Amino acid sequence: MLTFDRVEVRLGDFELVADLGVERGARVAVIGPSGAGKSTLLQAVAGFIDLTSGQIEWRRQRIDGLAPGVRPVSVVFQDQNLFPHLTAFQNVALGVDPRLRLSEVQRANVERALDRVGLGGLGERKPAHLSGGQQGRVGLARVLLRRQPILLLDEPFSALGPALKVEMLDLVSEVATETGATVLMVTHDPDDARRFAPQTVLVANGVAHPPQNTTDLLRNPPAALRTYLG
Amino acid sequence: MSRTALPGVAAATLVAALVAATLVAVALRAEAAAQFGPADWAAIRFTVLQAVLSAVLSVGLAIPVARALARRRFPGRRLLITLLGAPFVLPVIVAILGLLAVFGQNGLVNAALAGIGLPGIRIYGLTGVVLAHVFFNLPLAVRLILQGWVGIPAERFRLAASLGFGPSDVARLLERPMLREVVPGALLVVFLLCTTSFAVALTLGGGPRATTIELAIYQAFRFDFDLGRAALLGLAQVALTATAALVALRSAVPAAFGAGLGAPVARWDARTPLLRVQDTILVALAAAFLLTPLLLVVTRGAAGIVTLPASVWLAAGRSVAVALGSTALMLILALSIAAATLRLGRTPARLIEASGYLAVAVSPMVLGTGLFLLLFPVAGPADLALPVTMLVNAVMSLPFALRALVPALAEIERSYGRLASSLDMHGQARLRHLWLPRLRRPLGFAAGLAAALSMGDLGVVALFADPEHATLPLKLYDLMGAYRSDAAAAAAVLLLALSLGAFWIFDRGGRIDADL
Repeated sequence: MLTFDRVEVRLGDFELVADLGVERGARVAVIGPSGAGKSTLLQAVAGFIDLTSGQIEWRRQRIDGLAPGVRPVSVVFQDQNLFPHLTAFQNVALGVDPRLRLSEVQRANVERALDRVGLGGLGERKPAHLSGGQQGRVGLARVLLRRQPILLLDEPFSALGPALKVEMLDLVSEVATETGATVLMVTHDPDDARRFAPQTVLVANGVAHPPQNTTDLLRNPPAALRTYLG
Repeated sequence: MSRTALPGVAAATLVAALVAATLVAVALRAEAAAQFGPADWAAIRFTVLQAVLSAVLSVGLAIPVARALARRRFPGRRLLITLLGAPFVLPVIVAILGLLAVFGQNGLVNAALAGIGLPGIRIYGLTGVVLAHVFFNLPLAVRLILQGWVGIPAERFRLAASLGFGPSDVARLLERPMLREVVPGALLVVFLLCTTSFAVALTLGGGPRATTIELAIYQAFRFDFDLGRAALLGLAQVALTATAALVALRSAVPAAFGAGLGAPVARWDARTPLLRVQDTILVALAAAFLLTPLLLVVTRGAAGIVTLPASVWLAAGRSVAVALGSTALMLILALSIAAATLRLGRTPARLIEASGYLAVAVSPMVLGTGLFLLLFPVAGPADLALPVTMLVNAVMSLPFALRALVPALAEIERSYGRLASSLDMHGQARLRHLWLPRLRRPLGFAAGLAAALSMGDLGVVALFADPEHATLPLKLYDLMGAYRSDAAAAAAVLLLALSLGAFWIFDRGGRIDADL
């Protein structure tokens, strides 16, 4: 269970409170008006924002306060998921060893992860020589390899066209199944939520609400969400 | 304090301590000395006078040239703008040799004047010092002001054209307001650079009427071995440069490098034949003024390189070693300081960065005098010559490197910092796999600048070195003094090639294959 225990984040005028739990292995969409704090919620888990008060626990172990790199978390950002000066292979290998010193076995694992996402033989290419979809796949190969129990996606693949985005979300689904990860995904598209996440956290007016059934929530949205969805 | 900040704090402390220790050494020694004599006051007055004249002339001439470059397109425009950056990495002594070939006693200009029966010009004294400073700073001023011009949005000129503005309306409503912003900064930069002029004054000035403070320090040190007077002059120099630097910092001095100086703006108001001719003549004159001296040096000296004596080659070897050493030292200092500015809070980060800029406020001769006072008890001046030159050169080029690296590193962290942190890349891993590869361009540029500046530096080395420890610029100065003009011309070509080559190799190395 991923627990937000009376979490409060205050940044100037902005405020977000969260007091909720996410079941292990759940897939949760995070939805709400822009500026409400969807990304803030994810960044607090990833370790990029300090909590003002409260704590975040994973399986009863406190994780807020840990450095981002040692939290049990993989992050897929909106963009800049790859280092442009490194090859696809190196970008994935960073998930195994940040110093890029890999054993033979580890190298083979990287190759296998690349194969798994359909990029076999493209490991030596740099991101500039890969299509947008292929770049997304490199990022997911790294997620696959790191096998972190929590996967955070912040409006992923929003630069891709609709068809490609659906394809990538299906791949995220497969990767999450294979690694057994608990997934939180920020999205502004209710279709993404329906397709990907049985549960949804609504973030509005400075509050992150506990997960609800996605279908019910979208069929019967509360006022704040209704204005946003239009 | 995070571990990444430690080397930067150490580097900044080292630079600050170096500057502070030399200043204290100089101040203690100066207190024991006598008051300023008439010659010292003359040096102070001359320093200010030549710096003011150089700034006013450089910037005044730069304005019409920049305007011409801003509104005309012609073949070679980009090349010319690139060349405008070259005087910065040009060894001063080489340029002086070139200027002598054009404006000297037996130079082109005097030959032409004599041909039509007019009296010749004399390059030595105030005229020569200012002429050389304009040679170095006119291009810099053109680049600074050109930035202002290309910074005016193209839409404004389109609007002006649609409203039927003539050239004078455009000047009044668009160009003069821009110049009011840009010109004071440019004047200050040139003034500041000219206040610490040494090599130019050494070769073209001298005598009671044309001695800068830096030159007076050198003379007190080298000829009279009057350390008290050298120290007193050093304090005057610091007071002058530090004041100018403070004023410059407060008035947001524009950056001379980077920023696109790309395509000219379409100007409907400037399409009259008269303005066209005027701009063409201006650009041609500026190009001739900058290129003729260098072309003369190259044509006169190139053939002589093969017959250069071994002592010149040895000096060249020492110069290369000093340049590489000071470049490496500068890179370590600059990278550590830049890294620390990321990890520390706002105020300490500013302090750290500011200490890297301290070199702007002290002059090489003051640092040299101070280091001599500090180290004299433990080592002889000749043994110190090369290490001290290396250190002083590194500290003097540090501000340029920080100016390039600090914003670049901040941008890298903005774009990739979170990704790197989420992958637990810290320390060595972050340095090797994120910072160094992505900093290649600014690192190459900064290293090129440092190597070229150090290679061509005729400053602190003159305080200490004897013939056995001479660098190439010093050797070249000796050859000029001994009237061995063929050997001097050849040595100048060698020095020019080494300086520009060093800049080119590093700068190129940063660009090739850089994935952006």
